[in-house]
Amino acid sequence: MSLSFTPDELRFRDEVREFIAARLSPEMRRATSLSVSFFSDPDLVAPWQAALNERGWVAPGWPAEHGGPGWTATQRWIFESECSRAGAPQLSPMGIKMVGPVLIRFGTPAQKNFYLPRILSGEDRWCQGYSEPGSGSDLASLKTRAVRDGDHYVVSGTKIWTTHAHFANRMFALVRTSDEPRQQDGISFLLIDMDSPGITIRPILMISGDHDVNQVFFDDVRVPVGNLVGEQGRGWTYGKYLLEFERGGGVNSPKLRAALEKVRNLAGSDLSHRAIAYPEIAMRLSEIELDLQTLEFAELQVLSALQRGENPGPVSSLLKLRASEIHQAISRVGVDVVGQNLMVEERRRPLAALNEELLVSPEVLSVVPRHLNGRANTIFGGSSEIQRDIIAKQVLGL
Amino acid sequence: MDLAQSEAQQMLRHSIERYVTEHYDQQRRRQAAQDPGGFKRANWQAFADLGWLGLPFAEDVGGVGGGSVEVAILMEEFGRGLATEPFLGTVLLAGALIAKCGTPEQQAELLQPVIEGHTLLSFAHYETDARAGLSTVRTAALRSGSGWMLQGHKTNVLDGGSADSHVVSARLPDAEGGGIALFVMPKDAVGLTLRDAPRLGGGRVADLTFDHVVLASDARLGSSADEMTAIEAAIDRAIAAIGAEAAGLMRSMFEATLEYTKVRKQFGRPLSANQVIRHRLVDMYVQCEEAKAMASRAALMIDAEDVAIERSLVASGAKVKIGRCARNVAEQAIQLHGAMGVTDELDLGIYFKRLLVFEAMFGSVEYHLRRHVELLARSRPE
Repeated sequence: MSLSFTPDELRFRDEVREFIAARLSPEMRRATSLSVSFFSDPDLVAPWQAALNERGWVAPGWPAEHGGPGWTATQRWIFESECSRAGAPQLSPMGIKMVGPVLIRFGTPAQKNFYLPRILSGEDRWCQGYSEPGSGSDLASLKTRAVRDGDHYVVSGTKIWTTHAHFANRMFALVRTSDEPRQQDGISFLLIDMDSPGITIRPILMISGDHDVNQVFFDDVRVPVGNLVGEQGRGWTYGKYLLEFERGGGVNSPKLRAALEKVRNLAGSDLSHRAIAYPEIAMRLSEIELDLQTLEFAELQVLSALQRGENPGPVSSLLKLRASEIHQAISRVGVDVVGQNLMVEERRRPLAALNEELLVSPEVLSVVPRHLNGRANTIFGGSSEIQRDIIAKQVLGL
Repeated sequence: MDLAQSEAQQMLRHSIERYVTEHYDQQRRRQAAQDPGGFKRANWQAFADLGWLGLPFAEDVGGVGGGSVEVAILMEEFGRGLATEPFLGTVLLAGALIAKCGTPEQQAELLQPVIEGHTLLSFAHYETDARAGLSTVRTAALRSGSGWMLQGHKTNVLDGGSADSHVVSARLPDAEGGGIALFVMPKDAVGLTLRDAPRLGGGRVADLTFDHVVLASDARLGSSADEMTAIEAAIDRAIAAIGAEAAGLMRSMFEATLEYTKVRKQFGRPLSANQVIRHRLVDMYVQCEEAKAMASRAALMIDAEDVAIERSLVASGAKVKIGRCARNVAEQAIQLHGAMGVTDELDLGIYFKRLLVFEAMFGSVEYHLRRHVELLARSRPE
């Protein structure tokens, strides 16, 4: 058993550090640091993704034959850690971590050849069409219909909570293609061009004022049959595969570590009048630090198992549950750190672009919207209640 | 990075698992509690024969040369079986201090019989105000001819009553620097009074009074002007070890609770059919997993960290995190058992008491949270 990195892994870490130092500009760092949404602004991400793509580092989890770097699990963790530590913007997971792995596993050669390179280059921006009004956690009850008409499916219905639909040119969606006794059996996985006639996007503002999510309406939208992934009626299986990737495939602790460092630095600075001097703040920070160390170690155990070719088991729900709770604890202690200065509400974005003299600094202004947006953490991607149901069933046999 | 257990570690786990399954159950536990030391000598001898008593000691003193990972494997299983053998006091505290501070002669003379299972030791350090930090030592060591005379009082000595010798901390005279030194005191020393009592949840605990106890000069372990650093290190490592034990205790409580809620019916269906119960069980499970992860982390890092601050951060951090999880798992286990949970018929109460002892031993969760905060501030100069 060893927690330390091998010389090869240390060399790799240095290589990543050099790359970041050369390609991540101070402006990108500052803009990332002041961004308050889950997904970074696509304009901020684009140049960073281009730099990563030149190096072949956009999709750490993909096999080399499809443009992945062929890294070990430890290398992926090192890469994530170094990017988070340096304050690099997060690439959108929707192409790279969600639809990409599904296409690699279930897509036709034509789909792979067309879509995968465009995901890597950032030419395509994806959004996810899963939830519907009334079909959130109970996804199997979804009602958006796709009716076969010659070489097309005709899609009608609506999707909601669609993150970045307003930036996306493509959507991967779960749609109902038949009414089977078991609801899951009538669902198919469809790729939809967002510029197709009949699509309307309605923005939904978050309580912070941020525009991250949307409702998308489909009014007899014609989608070529070639855009079906896998078999008709098997979409539920592909969707579940994707969700497991979303929950367990990634590592969360490096991002959380960076977020906690940010709050700790704020607490130690004059911007918060050195809030860390108050024992209740310092003790809270220590408790979160320990929660995070625990999650970090659990993630490393999973990585270590993956690297040995073992299946880590149904641990992804546990990691998602704790990561989302820790995320909220971090943004919550941030609110305590800024104290009464939380009273200034700033709804203009991006915060990094605000140049005039402000009542409180952008660093302080970023705290509350981050906390507000962060409340969604235990709701999306399967709410905490759903994660607990999954653990109860799959792990505890209840 | 590789977090897999080595083949030897897996073998150790299997053998300790098997031993605990075969030798610990409610009936034998109740019998053992009637023995003078509160444990079965036969088990102790078996530990020696299996090589477990020499696990953390270096090979040149007859040990196995293992580390905290091996110790954690043992302790977790001891926790699951509610073992009461004095492994913590004898091997992990007194033994570790002799290994660290003793001269080669002292090590050879004192550790060999421990490893072979012939003698038991205790570490007598805490004094009446045990809440205070480790340096509250008023027991005095005065020069007496060529040797020493000890005067003072020690409390909360783990399994002191069964120890053949005690490792005692005492303050040196100002003329000799006023630091803390360690002495080995045989149980039959003249002027030593020992009173012992059953310990909450199993094992025993003692008070020691030294009234002009005279010791030969070679009773002092080594000759360092201050052994506080060694004591702190031994206790940090002991904290990591009892963290693993607590993880084992929690796991057993959780499994019993899971089983019970599946079987117990109310309003015509099992308790576990209720979502609120299921979710509570999931939270207990998550906390068991977290405690175990934190204990594993501590075991790995407590040996690797030779910087004192880092090592203490690991220990205090584990105490806080595991302590928080332990409290919740223990309380929920009782709650979900309903009235049965508060009866003496089940072992549940013993696990509960053992976890209370875990929380209090070597300083409370709050004490270690404050220590963690202070150490973190010192380790991150601004």
